[in-house]
Amino acid sequence: MARMKFLCDADRCIECNACVTACKNEHDVPWGINRRRVVTINDGKPGERSVSMACMHCTDAPCAAVCPVDCFYTTTDAVVLHSKDLCIGCGYCFYACPFGAPQYPRTGNFGSRGKMDKCTFCAGGPEADSTEVEYAKYGANRLAEGKLPLCAEMCSTKSLLAGDGEIIAAIYKERVTQRGYGSGAWGWQTAYQEPITV
Amino acid sequence: MQVLKRFGPIGPAFAAIVLAFGLLVAPAAAQEGPSGSNPTAQSVNEQQLLQELNKIQGRVTIPDAKAGTLEQPQGRGFREYHEGALPWIGGIAVLGMLLLLTLFYFVRGRIRLRSPEAGVKILRFNAMERLTHWITATAFIILAITGLNFVFGKRLLMPLIGPNAFSAWSQWSKYAHDFFSWAFMLGIVVMAILWIWDNLPDRYDAHWLKVGGGMFDKTNRTHPPATRFNAGQKLIFWSVIIGGIALSVSGIFMLFPFSYADVNGMQLAQTIHATVGVLMVAVIIAHIYIGTLGMEGAYEAMGSGTVDLNWAKEHHSVWVEKQEARTEPSQPSAPPTPAE
Repeated sequence: MARMKFLCDADRCIECNACVTACKNEHDVPWGINRRRVVTINDGKPGERSVSMACMHCTDAPCAAVCPVDCFYTTTDAVVLHSKDLCIGCGYCFYACPFGAPQYPRTGNFGSRGKMDKCTFCAGGPEADSTEVEYAKYGANRLAEGKLPLCAEMCSTKSLLAGDGEIIAAIYKERVTQRGYGSGAWGWQTAYQEPITV
Repeated sequence: MQVLKRFGPIGPAFAAIVLAFGLLVAPAAAQEGPSGSNPTAQSVNEQQLLQELNKIQGRVTIPDAKAGTLEQPQGRGFREYHEGALPWIGGIAVLGMLLLLTLFYFVRGRIRLRSPEAGVKILRFNAMERLTHWITATAFIILAITGLNFVFGKRLLMPLIGPNAFSAWSQWSKYAHDFFSWAFMLGIVVMAILWIWDNLPDRYDAHWLKVGGGMFDKTNRTHPPATRFNAGQKLIFWSVIIGGIALSVSGIFMLFPFSYADVNGMQLAQTIHATVGVLMVAVIIAHIYIGTLGMEGAYEAMGSGTVDLNWAKEHHSVWVEKQEARTEPSQPSAPPTPAE
């Protein structure tokens, strides 16, 4: 099986935020929730870089480790998903996540958050694939249809890559060799305990 | 042509070597870039940022300010403590305390009253004090059970009742924890105001601690003098006040997530809260033991508010003397004579 990963080539990202918009539209994500976001570092200064970031679907995911109700699971494609039926909205996964991926709707009284929401790698949730109930809770299940995450699919500069880790790493390596530079695969060391060495 | 044919079979291998060589050499050689410039010379570098700043911050165009943190490796430390040390600290503290108390019970037994009951009751805790105690106590027990559920629930309870029932219970636990916390916090504040003066250290404390309050004297003859609260009770009081304040402050950080702290502050608050919480549970187990099963007549004090005079004389001799000195002279002059 494939080992699904995201890779953001920061030297290509132009901070157009189309990935963010595509994600919101595809999954009908409510207001205040951002499964994906673009962070610009050293904005306006020389050497500025933008990185599109969402859940990286970590190896040995920290969110899953700290969850007090064990609502996370990893699919055979190594996508980290969770059950909104089990989630109690305690917020621990956000504290443990290196990338700030978990999001919580409805900030009620005294820290009562709603069910956590995060990037699903367009792979839905524990419900039956491509059903209405799955869509309502987790959004579209593109992986079940044989498609890759929409954010990466429609990235205008092909900065954001999604797919099997080995394949996207090979694409990235080829790019770096051809153009002669590359600031590395952001977050890979943290998420997968291995950087891409070109 | 002849030459090419001869080299034909090894052509692909040769090409592969050239290609591999090219790939290996390319990054080093191409730092200059095709146009002679290096667009990454000044660019931010992930590993460098992590080394220098310990986390990567940037700007986002969405209102959620905390989304500006691109990477925070501190989550790793949070996870290691939360899933590594914390369950051990909690387990050892709670089970260790239960074990110690069981041992204490079998060795020392129940601390009984030495002299027979005097039959005279004196007031030890008034209604306000008892109300405060029981509000705080009830809240604490709910908070302790629901709090321990966050640490041990998935390890102990979930395998027994299954993920769905456990999740439903945990959801209600969380709400209970969030809402009963206010009663606890109020209780801590009122308790501090009511009892702080009687819990300041005094000259009897050193001796009391030296003889262990007589608790370890199997003949039950040692009853060191004590004022309203003995040194042991003072230790409980100060643990409750200091622990309670630590729990309240760290708890308020979590009741209003990200209002007063960023993600690292939240991690710290959760870590302090959980650690102080499990230790407090151990302390309160000891308090509950000595206040009920461990000592004859102790529960009455907080239950009905009155204690037997002889019990008071044994356990709080200095306090009884002061109480009697205050009340007895006033008794003969019962009807106040109005001024003419």
